[in-house]
Amino acid sequence: MEQQTAIRMQNITKNFGQVLANHNVSIDIRKGEILSLLGENGSGKTTLMNMLSGIYYPDAGKIYVNGEAVSIRSPEDAFACGIGMIHQHFKLIDVFTAAENVVLGLHGKDANLKNAVSRIRDICEKYGFEMDPSQKVYNMSVSQKQTLEIIKVLYRGADILILDEPTAVLTPQETEHLFQVIRNMKKAGKAVVIITHKLHEVLSVSDRVAILRRGEYIDTVATADATVQSLAEMMVGKKITLNIERPPVQNPKKCIEVKGLTVESQDGVRLLDDISFTANSGEILGIAGISGCGQKELLESIAGLQKVSAGTSILYTAPDTEVSVELVGKNPKQIREMGISLSFVPEDRLGMGLVGAMGMTDNMMLKNYRRGRTPFAERGEPRKLAEKIREELEVATPGINVPVRRLSGGNVQKVLVGREIAAAPTVLMTAYAVRGLDIHTSYTIYHLLNEQKKAGVAVIYVGEDLDVLLELCDRILVLCAGHVNGILDGASATKEEIGMLMTHLQKEGSSDAK
Amino acid sequence: MQSKAETISAKKKYREPLARIAKRDAMPVLLSWGIRAAAVLLSLIVSAVVIYSITTMNPLKVYGAMFEGAFGSQRKIWITVRDTMSLLCIGIALAPAFKMRFWNIGAEGQVLVGGIATAACMIYLGDVLPTYALFIVMIVSSCLAGALWGAIPALFKSRWGTNETLFTLMMNYVAIQITSYCVALWENPYGSNYVGIINPRTKAGWFPEVFGKQYMLNVIIVLTLAVGMFIYLRSTKHGYEISVVGQSENTARYAGINVGKVFVRTMLISGAVAGLTGFIAVSGSSHTISVNTAGGRGFTAIIVAWMAKFNTLTMMLISLLLIFLEKGANEIASNFGLNDFASQIITGIILFFIIGSEFFINYRIIWRKKIREAV
Repeated sequence: MEQQTAIRMQNITKNFGQVLANHNVSIDIRKGEILSLLGENGSGKTTLMNMLSGIYYPDAGKIYVNGEAVSIRSPEDAFACGIGMIHQHFKLIDVFTAAENVVLGLHGKDANLKNAVSRIRDICEKYGFEMDPSQKVYNMSVSQKQTLEIIKVLYRGADILILDEPTAVLTPQETEHLFQVIRNMKKAGKAVVIITHKLHEVLSVSDRVAILRRGEYIDTVATADATVQSLAEMMVGKKITLNIERPPVQNPKKCIEVKGLTVESQDGVRLLDDISFTANSGEILGIAGISGCGQKELLESIAGLQKVSAGTSILYTAPDTEVSVELVGKNPKQIREMGISLSFVPEDRLGMGLVGAMGMTDNMMLKNYRRGRTPFAERGEPRKLAEKIREELEVATPGINVPVRRLSGGNVQKVLVGREIAAAPTVLMTAYAVRGLDIHTSYTIYHLLNEQKKAGVAVIYVGEDLDVLLELCDRILVLCAGHVNGILDGASATKEEIGMLMTHLQKEGSSDAK
Repeated sequence: MQSKAETISAKKKYREPLARIAKRDAMPVLLSWGIRAAAVLLSLIVSAVVIYSITTMNPLKVYGAMFEGAFGSQRKIWITVRDTMSLLCIGIALAPAFKMRFWNIGAEGQVLVGGIATAACMIYLGDVLPTYALFIVMIVSSCLAGALWGAIPALFKSRWGTNETLFTLMMNYVAIQITSYCVALWENPYGSNYVGIINPRTKAGWFPEVFGKQYMLNVIIVLTLAVGMFIYLRSTKHGYEISVVGQSENTARYAGINVGKVFVRTMLISGAVAGLTGFIAVSGSSHTISVNTAGGRGFTAIIVAWMAKFNTLTMMLISLLLIFLEKGANEIASNFGLNDFASQIITGIILFFIIGSEFFINYRIIWRKKIREAV
């Protein structure tokens, strides 16, 4: 089949205030091909595609669908043009069934539920989905919800599908299945666009790659001619090394010893079940697992933010005096008052680690604003620290008193990690420390973590990118539904091994290697 | 599906939206105040049109009368100042609570219980205690009463997560009932259902004149509170805790702040200042107590606090504006034989424009024509 152009975007420009999200971008999307839209976070990929799906309207430029100029002013217009987008955050109603979600918002014959069920079955058969139309959304896994979103779009007759970071929430096995489905759609003549920043996925699934950098269109290349290195350089705009170092562990000492950690939700559901492990100083302990299977509770238990069940013991051993103290039952303030410097970079940066409406200075004093005997808060030291972090970590901000929520994701994380490291910790816990960050900042963070490791800090790294976990961590603890499903050696473990442990709960006592 | 698609795309070809809204970056302070000033000017023009079309009166005369009503004589000026201070004082009380995102809409009740405490002191202790001691007792008891009224909802919220909006609102009704009871208890003359002026002869517990002005002490107390609260919120550790709790309770817990404790402590302060407003209202201006002592100012002050974005210094300006409008409205209502509604229309239009101007400070509008030019 000779490839025809499905969509042509010409000289598209879009501003948000002073920020130029897209500048003069022109790309073609062809029928029967998979196009990867590659770029770092903040490079304008999602904005560009949102103009196809009717969320935004371009400030300048034209869009042609099948050679005809169109103006897409709403998602309905987009559907009328045969364009469907699967967003990163699913837009489903939890208490509805799959079929009910599919027909939601439609009229006439399309909205008939009986019709819909049989048509959904046809779609599933055609492309290789597995989906029960009568299943409620709240009973679905993340990957099932994603499948439902895709079916929803296909049901509305979309010929052009846009998937925004579809693999961010999937395990390696689920990712492979998704790619298979996408290839089936390609065979059926649909145009598929995948927004991503993961290079190896680009290479394994797409036909062509369009690259954006800081809102500018860089180039489109055939995947066959590209390598990880060449794509990364186009994406970042300069030569970069893509290796994460793993300095050898020196003189590890037991620092945090968790025994029988159990956490129950308010409804009595066990979120963590009898977790035991040790984190050593001078070592990076990775924690892998599908998102939301207890990582948050695990870190917050150690930080003194989570109520734990009776029988739990979290023992902290000071690296210099080797005196052990129990952390269970202490809140963050009490832990600090015992002289323990425990740093924590939580997943929710602006909702927990920082105060979005405050500037860098005020955020620096978050944990030690009580310093000094007067009732007045001392801002001199925090200001100096803010200046120092701004300079050393190259935080891009108009000023240290500008609210941090106005900064980009990478800069927000630099502020948070900078503050936590400045506290000279003996334990450093990070949750999804590089989520949403550009390559350069991610490597800055890896480097900072390695520096802390070399300085003898016990680092706990909760991550989602298995490639990174395998390169960075000395040991990897795999969580599965609140259980420790195995602790692997970072240097010898494989991605498939971890993927298996993430999804298949081992029987009691089968894998406690270390 | 296919035919529908074609008609829609054919119909909407090239038709860009008429206007779109985009968020602005921070605007220079001068420009934003310019926009607010323009909004006031525009509101006066619109009001003029409305006034003329409803009453066929000369709008300039009506505005003149409004000004007359608020600042027409020495006495009117001082009444305006007195009422501005009382509204400002409640705004100050609300500032720490609102900054903490604790929706205290119970200022009305907190003012009333402060007033009851003050009136009780004047009635029962007026002839017993020397002046300085009486004042200390009045201040302390009114603060305690207001603080209690404010802290109860905070305590429940921190313990059981109750909704503070409903709770503080309901506490208002309790306060009103208690006031009714006290009015019946203290009514003078008997059977009038009014308390009447308390200690009319001895003037025990009345604010003394300062610099020869009856309400100067009100001004001094309230302005001191305004500056004090400004410093408290901006520069102290407590103020910092309040900001953090208000922005995100999760972050506060992460920082080791005891959120419940901050709730209760801040509401003690908020309630105490509101109680103090009751003290000023009874001892410093009306010298009596009734269910109208707070007079709805507890609710008006919510507008003051929000429009000033919880900055107690900006609140001075806003309080003055609102009281000016109130006095002016009363004046034109009585002068021109109009009823209250005509003046309320004017107040409504002016507030609408001022609040609406914030939209233009935060957003800009892009018209269709502009897009064409850009292409």
